[in-house]
Amino acid sequence: MPITRSAAAFALVSLLTVPPASAQALQAAAALQGSLIDLSGTWANRLHEDWIERAPGPHIGDYTGLPINDEARAIADAYQVSMQNMPERQCILYTSQYIVMGPQNLRIQQELDPITGGVVAYQLSGTVDRPPHTIWMDGRARPSPNAPHTPGGFSTGRWEGRILTVTTTHMKTGLVWRNGVPHSDLATMVEHYIRHENMLTVTMILTDPIYWEEPFIRSATFELDANARVLPEPCEPQVEIPRTPGEVPHYLPGANPYLTEFPKLYNLPMEAARGGAKTTYPEYGKALRSTYKAPDKCTVYCCGGTTLTVMNNSQAVCRADDPPPATPPAAAPAAAPARPATPPARE
Amino acid sequence: MRTLGRILHGAAVLCAAALTFSSLAAQGPAAPPGPPPTGKAGAPVDLTGNWVSIVTEDWRWRMVTPPKGDYASVPINMDAKKVADVWDPAKDEAAGEACKGYGAPGVMRQPTRLRITWQDDNTMKMEADAGTQTRLFHFGDWKAPGGAATWQGDTTAQWETGARGRGANQPPPMFGNLKTVTKNLRPGYLRKNGVPYSDKTTLTEYWDLVRQPNGDQWIVITTVVEDPTYLARTWITSLNFKKEPNGSKWDPSPCAAR
Repeated sequence: MPITRSAAAFALVSLLTVPPASAQALQAAAALQGSLIDLSGTWANRLHEDWIERAPGPHIGDYTGLPINDEARAIADAYQVSMQNMPERQCILYTSQYIVMGPQNLRIQQELDPITGGVVAYQLSGTVDRPPHTIWMDGRARPSPNAPHTPGGFSTGRWEGRILTVTTTHMKTGLVWRNGVPHSDLATMVEHYIRHENMLTVTMILTDPIYWEEPFIRSATFELDANARVLPEPCEPQVEIPRTPGEVPHYLPGANPYLTEFPKLYNLPMEAARGGAKTTYPEYGKALRSTYKAPDKCTVYCCGGTTLTVMNNSQAVCRADDPPPATPPAAAPAAAPARPATPPARE
Repeated sequence: MRTLGRILHGAAVLCAAALTFSSLAAQGPAAPPGPPPTGKAGAPVDLTGNWVSIVTEDWRWRMVTPPKGDYASVPINMDAKKVADVWDPAKDEAAGEACKGYGAPGVMRQPTRLRITWQDDNTMKMEADAGTQTRLFHFGDWKAPGGAATWQGDTTAQWETGARGRGANQPPPMFGNLKTVTKNLRPGYLRKNGVPYSDKTTLTEYWDLVRQPNGDQWIVITTVVEDPTYLARTWITSLNFKKEPNGSKWDPSPCAAR
C-alpha cells in the first residue's frame, strides 16, 4: 500500500498528539512531519547580509568574523586571485558550503521513489562556480573516509521535525571566501534547511580541524521566486593571461603587500582584520569600540545591494537624488516644469 | 534489494504511527477540546537560557559602528538615504536618543548576549545585555495596550507546530518554532550609523532551535523587516545565537550612539 499524503497526515496527527514511546518513534514522527514540507522550487538569494563578501568579493586580507587559525591565515595571505585565471584552475568549483557563502540563487528538486513516493534525494542545482549538490534521504551509508572527495562532497539528510538537517563530508579542499580563506578536505558541514512561508533559511556550520579554531556558522535566507535565474554556466578553460608554463600566481610568506589596505580603509586594527574565534564574541566588540573611530564617510561599496546604485565612470556609486520621473503620460500638460538633472554622484 | 528496504522502512514508519495511534485509542474516548494551552505549556522547544551572538556575518557593520553613508545590504530607498546622510550621533546623545540603534530591529544585530525566561505562563521575556534592553513576547489572546511607541514595541507570539485542534490537557507538540510579530516601534536605526526605520515598521521573526552533534545548541532567527517609509522592499536576514551554560558572561551596558 503506498503511503499517501492523507495517510501520512493521519499518522502525523496521531504522533503529534501523544508522547513517543521510544527514540525510534520520535525519529519516525520527525520524518513524517518533514515529509509534509516541500522544499522544491527556485529560491532567490537577496544578499541582504554580507553583500560585499557574497557579490563583488571580500577585500584582500579581510578575515573579519572568521574563526580561523594561523594555518588558514598563511594560506589566505599567500593567495593571489589571478591564480584562478590559470586554465587548469578555471573550472575548479567552489565546494558545497558556497550555497550560503555565494551570490547564487538556489533550485531544489525532489527525487521520488516510484513505488513508495518517498523522497529519495534532494537535488540542488549546480550553477556558476558551484557543483550540483545531492542530499541523500534514503539512509544510505557514508562512504569510507578514503573514498574520493569531490567539490560537492557526500551529503545525507534527515528531517528533525520541520527542519531538514544535512551532513556533508568528503569535500575537496576549497575556498570559503574568495580572498583565499580555505577549508580542508577533513571539514564536516552540517546544514539546516528551515522553511517559513515563502522563505528558506539555510544555516551552515562548518567544522574543520585543520584551518578553523571553532565551528563556523553562517546562514542565508532565500525567497521562493519562480523568476529567479539559476543558470548553469559550462566552464570552458582558455588562456586569459599568458604566463610562463609552471607559473602559479602567489605571494611568498610575508610578501603580500595588500594585507594592510583593508584595515586602513576602515580604521580597524590589524588584529581585527586577521580574524580568529575570539573576534566573533561580543566582548571583543565591546573592547574594540572603546578605541575605535570610524572613517568620516563611506567610500567603497556604500550602496551595494540597495536599489540606489548607479554607474559613474565605470564605478558603482550611490545615486544622489531621486531619478527623474518617467516620461509623462500624453494627457499631462506639456509645459510641466522638468525636474533638474540628477547631480553627479558624490563618490 | 534497496527498493525492498525502502518499502520495509515505509511500512515500519506507518506501523510506528499506527501503534502510537492505537495506544491513544486505548485510552478511551478523546477528551473534549479544552482551552488552548498557555505559551509556556505549549512550547514545542525550550528557548530559555543564556545565548550569545556569534558575529560571523556583517562583522564590520555589527562589531563596530560603520562610517556614515555605509548602507550596503540594506534595501533602503532614497528617503532613508537622506536621513542616514545627516546622521549625527552627538545630536542623538544630546536628545537623549542614544538607544536609537537598540530598538527591536537593531538590537538583535548587535553583538550581545540574550537571557530568555518566562515572566509568566503567557509572557516570554528576552533581555539583551547590549543597551540593557528587554523584549516581552505575549502569547494567547493578548492585545496591545495601544500606548506610545517604544524601542521594543508590542510583540505577539505564537508557536508554529504544524498541529491543530489541541486542547489544554494535551502534552506539548514535539516540533515547532516560535513566531513573533512586533509593531508600535519607536523610530530608530537598523544599523547604528543612522540607517533608519520608521514607526510604521513591522518586525517578524521566526525562532528555530537546532542541535549539533557536539551538543551545541543554536537559535536561528529568520528576521523580516517591513517598512513602507524607508525600505524599498522587505529586509530579510538571519541571526545565530549559541547557547551558553550559564549567565557568567552577562555584561549589561548602556546604549551607545557612536
